[in-house]
Amino acid sequence: MGQLSGPTDPTADAHWEHNHPRKGFFTDTSICIGCKACEVACKEWNHNPQDGNLELLGSSYDNTGALGASTWRHVAFIEQGQDRIAEARESGRALVSLGMPRIGPPAPAATDLAEADTTPPDTADFRWLMSSDVCKHCTHAGCLDVCPTGALFRTEFGTVVVQDDVCNGCGTCVAGCPFGVIERRSNGTVKVATSREDQHAGHPAVPNAGIAQKCTLCYDRLVADETPACAKACPTTSIKFGDHDDMVETARERVADLHAQGMTEARLYGANENDGVGGTGSVFLLLDEPEVYGLPPDPRVPTADLPKMYRRAGMAVAGMAAAAALAFVGGRA
Amino acid sequence: MVPEPEFSSYYGRPVVKPAPWGDDVAIYLFLGGVAAGSALLGLGGQLTGRPILRRNARLGALAAVSGGAVALVKDLGRPERFLHMLRTFKVTSPMSVGSWILSAFSAGAGVSAVAEIDRLSGDRLPLGPLRKVLNAVEGAAGIEAAVFAGPLAAYTAVLLGDTATPTWNAAHEELPFVFVSSACLASAGLAMVTTPVRETGPARKLAVLGVVGDVAAMKIMERRMDPVAAEPLHQGKAGAMLKWSERLAVAGGLGTLLGGRNRVVAAASGLALLAASALTRFGVFEAGLASARDPRYTIEPQKNRLAARRAAGVTGDAITTGS
Repeated sequence: MGQLSGPTDPTADAHWEHNHPRKGFFTDTSICIGCKACEVACKEWNHNPQDGNLELLGSSYDNTGALGASTWRHVAFIEQGQDRIAEARESGRALVSLGMPRIGPPAPAATDLAEADTTPPDTADFRWLMSSDVCKHCTHAGCLDVCPTGALFRTEFGTVVVQDDVCNGCGTCVAGCPFGVIERRSNGTVKVATSREDQHAGHPAVPNAGIAQKCTLCYDRLVADETPACAKACPTTSIKFGDHDDMVETARERVADLHAQGMTEARLYGANENDGVGGTGSVFLLLDEPEVYGLPPDPRVPTADLPKMYRRAGMAVAGMAAAAALAFVGGRA
Repeated sequence: MVPEPEFSSYYGRPVVKPAPWGDDVAIYLFLGGVAAGSALLGLGGQLTGRPILRRNARLGALAAVSGGAVALVKDLGRPERFLHMLRTFKVTSPMSVGSWILSAFSAGAGVSAVAEIDRLSGDRLPLGPLRKVLNAVEGAAGIEAAVFAGPLAAYTAVLLGDTATPTWNAAHEELPFVFVSSACLASAGLAMVTTPVRETGPARKLAVLGVVGDVAAMKIMERRMDPVAAEPLHQGKAGAMLKWSERLAVAGGLGTLLGGRNRVVAAASGLALLAASALTRFGVFEAGLASARDPRYTIEPQKNRLAARRAAGVTGDAITTGS
């Protein structure tokens, strides 16, 4: 068993005996145009069925809703006015002034942003945030920790993948994920739109129904030295794929660039290996607080507290045994 | 002073996903507790010469654990793969540890209960030469089941605590005490229903201890939890169930204390205690699912604790960074 929290190399923790670099995404939401090519490419490559019925959700251009068993990339759309933009700029500036400890050489950008030119580079009174969300492939993955069957495993690329033939759909991982990513796939919700009444070819069977499903970081493509489908399809390079260390470095350079341009609202999500999940394999550059995008503001892998929970449970077991013993001593009542 | 959090979310959609568990799992939480406590009462009866208590507790343990196991398998996404639970042992997975505890417990509970069934049927079970073996290991099996009884009652609390479901996770320190207390009072209640009062003295004591533990642990848990994450325990269906659970536990406890030697009062008190335990499990279960469905319970406690750490000068452990 590897460590349960804090900075670590997850592949080494999982006893892979090689120096394969950890792979990951850097999703730069500042250049996402919301085209959803990533969603489509992911669906097609992974043969993921339709998620529920086609319906308009009334949430800007997002009719996907959320990540789920059959949606492994989800593009969020947020419409914001002037007030919220100003707030985001302030909260971003406050983050920079916290002076986060970092590894490696300091970023080239000025750390004192009080003097930075904050004239908005684009429309001042309205903005559209678009962000392609995905599994975080955490250093300490809540789903993987609590999986009882061993169906979830750490790959040689440091990613977290479900083995479809092992998972029995117990659902523990769904509750274990601090980001609400993994989900048990239900069946019977698929409706295929057919062009003609007489061409009902019957609904295709839903693959992997009843078992937990999530992004595999295209494990089948990685083993062939290919780029994951979403990153390959992204027309603006908003989704970047590569060695995790390079992704984090690219993210740091990018956020420093944006700060230098006066976009103090830019911030990184998941690039800190000292956070509650030991850093994420998928790093994001966000332009507002994480919860605005539906991301948790301070996620913590539940298993980090498991040793304490076992101790408390042990005390409770001792208490129960003592109560039972006490009930029987003192002769016949 | 922690600043008031500014609460925003993505169109009010949940951040974490609720466990895809139905009422079957809540039923298992209840039945597992009944089985665990019954095995302890069965061993007590075995060691102190109370044959009817021993027999009824053993039969109760087997019935409860069997029903619970069926409920668990039924709730799986792929029930035909239930044996995959035993293809590995993972200490980081309370579900894996629990599957092994449940298996070990069931072995002892099964053997000791089959011995009782054989006796009840006048040695008519088609056991052949195995009857001698059964009679020889019956006592040891009762002890073995009792050894795994406490872990069976407590692990489900760890299972719920070790999730990102806000209310369950926030309760992780006290929930094991709530669950073992609930197991004690429920199994004692079952014994008081099934067994004549002359043999249920220990069950009555266990019931009262269970009620005291249950009410106290629940109060301490609610006080020590994050106040926002504790809210679902007081609201809606879950809140109503937990309120009635406490009332029934107290009523059952008082009935046991004051009239437990009367067969009718004992049985009524036992039923109240069983209902109280079921409501505790369903209430805690539902409160957790409700907390996962509302983004407020994920976001607000997290923003509060992050702000508190920053106010205390800890700035290096946030997931959001400026560089």
